[in-house]
Amino acid sequence: MEPKRISAPLTDEVVLELKAGDNVLISGVIYTARDAAHKKLVELMDQGEPLPIDLTGQFIYYVGPTPAKPGQAIGSAGPTTSGRMDAYTPQMFEKGMKACIGKGLRSQAVKDALQKHKGLYLAAVGGAGALLSKRIKKCDVVAYPELGAEAIHRLEVEDFPATVINDAYGNDLYAEGAKQYAR
Amino acid sequence: MREIAASVISDHVAEMCQDANIYLGEDVFDALKKSLETEESPTGKEVLKQLIENVEIAKNEQIPICQDTGFAVFFVEWGQEVHLTGGSLEEAIHEGVRRGYTEGYLRKSIVDDPLYKRKNTGDNTPAVIYTELVPGDKVKIAFAPKGGGSENMSSVKMLKPSDGEAGVIDFVVNHVKAAGPNPCPPIVVGVGIGGTFDKVAVLAKKALFRKVGSKNPDEAFAVLEQKILDKINDLGVGPQGFGGRTFALAVHIETFPSHIASMAASVNINCHACRHLEREL
Repeated sequence: MEPKRISAPLTDEVVLELKAGDNVLISGVIYTARDAAHKKLVELMDQGEPLPIDLTGQFIYYVGPTPAKPGQAIGSAGPTTSGRMDAYTPQMFEKGMKACIGKGLRSQAVKDALQKHKGLYLAAVGGAGALLSKRIKKCDVVAYPELGAEAIHRLEVEDFPATVINDAYGNDLYAEGAKQYAR
Repeated sequence: MREIAASVISDHVAEMCQDANIYLGEDVFDALKKSLETEESPTGKEVLKQLIENVEIAKNEQIPICQDTGFAVFFVEWGQEVHLTGGSLEEAIHEGVRRGYTEGYLRKSIVDDPLYKRKNTGDNTPAVIYTELVPGDKVKIAFAPKGGGSENMSSVKMLKPSDGEAGVIDFVVNHVKAAGPNPCPPIVVGVGIGGTFDKVAVLAKKALFRKVGSKNPDEAFAVLEQKILDKINDLGVGPQGFGGRTFALAVHIETFPSHIASMAASVNINCHACRHLEREL
């Protein structure tokens, strides 16, 4: 099946058109955050403080890239395991995030949040960091530079490949895919 | 007595850190290409193609295969007729790691205090080093950058001797099934059987240093490796967990004699970027 081209940030209309198993190519601006940045963001939310980035409509990519060599936009940049962000993800959706990209299983609370807030969970190919880095054209740190690889980066991506795992309708590619090929 | 300078060890280690993270070994690359021929799922095939392309981009453009350039793990076999000069072995390896990870633009993924401060050490040290004294005047250094995502999907279980072969199979297959897409399949599964609680964990790690697809020299365990591999692939989890026939590329079992009361077993998983390098000095 041909991948669908979508732009970032996302709208509800596009979210609702996509189903688990769909391959997409994302172009536009996305943000990175992983364990440490999520912890900081959720602490700010709990204290009612403003966030360093507006999450409305945004993709959050769970990645901690290798340092860029001179002349590169970014180093190797594949997804990290999403489950570690489960504790924070429902609150991220409450604050307007529309989609997150990582790899691996999510909790029921995250899947419920996708349905409640019309969101998506996508996977990029884990361990394809060199290939994925070529689809990232620009990378700037926008918050928490002291976190190094874990800082929040603003990425400009072109045809960034990902697969919808959990959609806004409760479908789950990890469950359905394995069922189809189990013997 | 043969002498080796600590600086020589550091130089080799620095090179190995960079090479292992950029060039995937032929053993793993061949296994990936072979799995493309047998994979039935179109999405699974697509993933395998991306992984093969990723390996080629990494090599041609000198970009790390994966952004998780790992915990630096070493198995050193030190010939007891060799004298190390000009420093300690541990510090020589750490100096190599420091240089390799800094000069190679590799990610520094180690924090000092594991629970409270979790402050990055800034140079990917310390490494995890296992040293064995062996006869002779050679030094063998094996290195693997071990990714955190797959390492998290690991386990030790103290089975009862009466659990038998079925107990080992159930433990490994159920564990891998629960890990599902998390450790970046297609995976390589390291299994340890025997020894003590600590020894069995090291066996599983050592199993991941073997060439992918190599067989345990003991026929019975070679058969068990294949049996477990078939069961894992029959789960249908497939490449990246998107569904398919290639969940694992290989199962490697390493064993050690056991206490009469015990049958320790362990699983240590590696992602498809099963990076490992060996040098003999």
